[in-house]
Amino acid sequence: MTLRETIGLEPDARQTDPRLSGIIKLAILAVGGQGGGVLTGWIEDLARAQGYAAQATSVAGVSQRTGATVYYVEMAPLRPGDPVPVFSLMPAPGDVDIMITAEMMEAGRAIIRGFVTPDRTTLITSTHRALAVSEKMVPGDGIASSEEVMAAAGIAARRVIAADFDALAIQSGSVISASLFGALAGAGVLPFPREAFETAIKAGGKGAEASLRAFGEAFDVAANPASEAAPAAQSRPEPKAQGPARLIAEWERLAARASALPAPVAELALPGLRKVVEFQDAAYGAEYLDRLGGVLAQDDAANGWALSRESAKYIANAMAYDDIIRVADLKTCARRFDRIRSEMGVNKANVLHLTEFFHPRAAEIVGLFPARLGARLEADPKWMARLTRWFDRGRRLRTDRLPAFLTLHILGGLKGWRRRTLRHAQEQAHLDRWLQTALSEVARNYDLAVELIRCRRLIKGYSDTHARGHSKFDRVLAATARIAARKDAADWCRRLREAALQDEEGKALDGAIRTIDSFA
Amino acid sequence: MAERSFKAEVEHLRKGEGDTFTGEGILAITKALLENGVGYVGGYQGAPISHLMDVLADAEDLMAELGIRFEANANEAAAAAMLAASVHYPIRGAVTFKGSVGVNVASDALANLASSGVNGGALIIVGEDYGEGSSIMQERSHAFAMKSQFWLLDPRPNLPSIVKAVKDGFELSEASNTPVMLIVRIRSCHVTGSFQTRDNQRPKLSVRDALSNPQSDFARVVLPPMSYAHEQDKISNRWPNAERFIRERQLNEVFGPKTAPVGIVLQGGMYNGVIRALQRLGLADLWGNTKVPLYVLNVTYPLISSEFLEFCAGKDQVLVIEEGQPEFIEQQLSTFLYRAGSSVKLRGKGPLPMAGEYTGQVMLDGIAAFLKDAAPQMLPALVRAPNEDRPAIPDLTGTVPIRPPGFCTGCPERPIFAAIKLVQKETGKLQISADIGCHLFGALPPFEVGGATMGYGLSPAANAAFDGGGERRPVSIIGDGGFWHNGLSSSFTNMAFNRSDGVAVIVDNYYSAATGGQDVMSSRADNPTKATKHPIAKALKGIGIDWVRQVDRTYDVGRMRDVLREALTTDTPGPKVIVASSECMLNRQRREKPLAQKAIEEGRRVEAPRFGVDEDVCTGDHACIRLSGCPSLSLKKLDDPLRDDPVASIDQSCVGCGNCGEVADAAVLCPSFYRADVVHNPSRWEARMAAFRARVIGWLQSRRAARRLTFEVRP
Repeated sequence: MTLRETIGLEPDARQTDPRLSGIIKLAILAVGGQGGGVLTGWIEDLARAQGYAAQATSVAGVSQRTGATVYYVEMAPLRPGDPVPVFSLMPAPGDVDIMITAEMMEAGRAIIRGFVTPDRTTLITSTHRALAVSEKMVPGDGIASSEEVMAAAGIAARRVIAADFDALAIQSGSVISASLFGALAGAGVLPFPREAFETAIKAGGKGAEASLRAFGEAFDVAANPASEAAPAAQSRPEPKAQGPARLIAEWERLAARASALPAPVAELALPGLRKVVEFQDAAYGAEYLDRLGGVLAQDDAANGWALSRESAKYIANAMAYDDIIRVADLKTCARRFDRIRSEMGVNKANVLHLTEFFHPRAAEIVGLFPARLGARLEADPKWMARLTRWFDRGRRLRTDRLPAFLTLHILGGLKGWRRRTLRHAQEQAHLDRWLQTALSEVARNYDLAVELIRCRRLIKGYSDTHARGHSKFDRVLAATARIAARKDAADWCRRLREAALQDEEGKALDGAIRTIDSFA
Repeated sequence: MAERSFKAEVEHLRKGEGDTFTGEGILAITKALLENGVGYVGGYQGAPISHLMDVLADAEDLMAELGIRFEANANEAAAAAMLAASVHYPIRGAVTFKGSVGVNVASDALANLASSGVNGGALIIVGEDYGEGSSIMQERSHAFAMKSQFWLLDPRPNLPSIVKAVKDGFELSEASNTPVMLIVRIRSCHVTGSFQTRDNQRPKLSVRDALSNPQSDFARVVLPPMSYAHEQDKISNRWPNAERFIRERQLNEVFGPKTAPVGIVLQGGMYNGVIRALQRLGLADLWGNTKVPLYVLNVTYPLISSEFLEFCAGKDQVLVIEEGQPEFIEQQLSTFLYRAGSSVKLRGKGPLPMAGEYTGQVMLDGIAAFLKDAAPQMLPALVRAPNEDRPAIPDLTGTVPIRPPGFCTGCPERPIFAAIKLVQKETGKLQISADIGCHLFGALPPFEVGGATMGYGLSPAANAAFDGGGERRPVSIIGDGGFWHNGLSSSFTNMAFNRSDGVAVIVDNYYSAATGGQDVMSSRADNPTKATKHPIAKALKGIGIDWVRQVDRTYDVGRMRDVLREALTTDTPGPKVIVASSECMLNRQRREKPLAQKAIEEGRRVEAPRFGVDEDVCTGDHACIRLSGCPSLSLKKLDDPLRDDPVASIDQSCVGCGNCGEVADAAVLCPSFYRADVVHNPSRWEARMAAFRARVIGWLQSRRAARRLTFEVRP
């Protein structure tokens, strides 16, 4: 998807022609490894070949290791006999004509640093994201808002040219430096013809063909705003049910039930239904709709069916828990094999080896046992130690080979057995408890009931992470229970949940709970 | 093999009289050395002059042709000590390292060199790592020139000026028998431009010839009473000679009108920034013709009182632009004015900030503030009373995440820190000291392993207070670069001699990786001019450290964790040292990628590994990222209304190092990860077997699909 905006003044309305005002100042903000140096080199060579004096500088220290790096180029026409102009070695706020940023947050950084100003700066940015570690390590969703940066760019820049130049480059088998160079040419902000840009790439030699393709694609995007006007909103086709006719008929009955729910609920109930049916079977789907029906009975249109809508989502997630059977099934289905082949670019002549990293623990093994026997074993430390000795070890399974594939294929076929397992009993009990806790609040505080339903989000992951999620879930619910009588209980519940998603150890959650303790 | 190759550029170093050289600052410096008949060069890499060392290494053939000796010195002290060749012999020598940390290391040799004095020109080229992008404490090398009495050049940051400074530096050194330090700042090392070349000169006396005719002079030895004589010589001869040379040769420059109410004194390195500020104030043109007189100190030590007082004559106020603190130059110039009974008002730190880099904005604000006060009539109306109406730009500081440098994709150090993090989950937080090098990124999220660093090669020494042991052992981390730089002597013999109970982890990535991948003693590469392949473990045995564990594949997180645990718990007395070795992935990819590509094209069998995440299995808790931080392991938002949090996702840049799978296993995370090895050009038997398996698997899959409800989006 590409996006381009031309904001603010008409070209040349206020800014003087850079050819007359002397020095053209161009800064590049890139993440290490994006080829900022190559791009800088091209721009410099281009300017010199076109009879300009040019100077480039960069700070290439350890910052090149995935850090953000600034490259800076200045150029001015060089008339014969004139001395060389005095160029600056670093960009100054309010004094940059062209700002190229090779990533969306780097555009934000350029704006923060004042390198993008409404009177003069053309901002050329790639809209793709290279996530910072601080965004990635959050247990919840820590991804920074690109929309905020886009909105600020609209105000800060004289003109914005924004597109996913990274994707564009990858499509052409090249790297982002080539597509950004194309965008620079297409933007028409440098007084040089397109051919001169292309000559600079060709002079580089290595990989010139792919670079020129990426250059051309990006040139068109930057030069013709009309050509990529907002892409038609794509409506995703609904997934289609497949299987034997008898099951399809059953599915259609269930789907009709879900569709008949109030529209905001049905919108999530349909994917929810698909998820639980795929997890188990049609009967399980019916159970899902029954549960949802129980919630709906306590809900009404006055609240926009918020409770039922959230329940449609989280009951489905709770019912389709992550057990060995589900993982084994997902790992061995044809859809996955096809996806991997296409993602890894495997062609007919290649052979694909596939290695899975499993580390089963005693708890997961016991979870597969019949509920009563499993519960007995789980309570017996000797047996757990024995199972740990037998099973608890990292296993590399080659699922492209028959022994490992068959093992997982058989495990994935144990759906018929699943309802009898200890894990299933535990999950059902937990689900019922959670749902009951939430529904018991409906009469007193509808909003709190909705927030309690949403707390299901905290339960995710496997083994330790799963246990930690469970403990956070329990702590949030316990803390909420203590203040459930307060008017603002829903708000506190939300805050607790958000705090729990902020860091791994639950430091933010501890803080929030301490706050609650202070007045509860 | 260094990260950047200058083989192509080095050919330009052969240019002769009247040619034009276009390129980077560091190449210009190399060319200038050749043009000035240098007899030997050396140095130690480190930003921002790493590339200068790489250029010199790549130019070794050319230097050999000219009879120039090149050494990649073991550290900065060794480099500075090499200048001893210029003490007795009329041979020009140059060494390079980074300031101010490299100068710290070299200071012992520099002080002795400055005391002895030199016969041949001795040039120390220092890459001053100050300001944005700097990786060290913010200090100035200037202080070293003042304490040891050697001269400091800070030329204007353009190629002709830098090239001239090399020539001036040698001549000044010889005229005053004093070593000269040439400072180039981060940006001037990498600034591009052109200059007119001259022919390369062979040294008048080569080091080989000098060796055939050894010289010694008792008077040059730093021993009493000669050391007292050296001090007197510095003051009564060398300094006046230097001053005379600087004045006569006009090393400092004056620009602008002869008379004006105000003037600016500046370090040469500040020139372009000052001109830009004046341009923006309407007081200078494109070519640097300025309305404000400038006194440009291309020599920042010593300062010439008479020259400065002449510049001040007739002016009311003078502004000193001196980056960094303390304000040595301003203090000295104030003294000159005071001693001369002058009424000229000197300004500096005040209109300009005491600390921090003098960026474009700082310079503009400082000079504008000075002129508004000292000579408002010179300023255009707009600056005197700004009448601007800028739209408010939304504050993004809360939105945009910081992006500190980190381990590269596939870095072999990542699993070491994952293992340390896992061990700390068992033992509780450990006392950990760190060194200089890539491994210092381990101190940042997501690992947050490692505390203070005391300098290159000093990490185990920095834990010395804890050598006696306690409830939990202290751990120090050091790189192979640090080990050979100074670590073996200062840290490991210290540990061995004091019977330390501590644990040291040596991160051996086969190179001095952080400085650009230069070879070190333990590098595995064949290097035609250097002795490599000396195992670190052997050196440790040699100094009597017996508890040494060699891990040859750091990606094995489980083994790394177990070895660390063993080191922390063993009963063996004395130092416990783990050598964790795996090749720097940047270097490895640079070497192997083209070879693999070629092999695929030639029809040879190649396995290309890459990791993937099953997004249906991933629950979006990001525990894997908290043990990795790999750039290629990122997140993506699924187009699924039932999912709240983004799931892990591995992009095409993955090099299949294995950390993801190992961590998922060792930390028992989740079964989402898989490794896909794409086999190019498989053997016929292999392909036939794969086809057979695929048929069986396909049959089982469609058999199951036919009995179940599944949902698929049909394109």
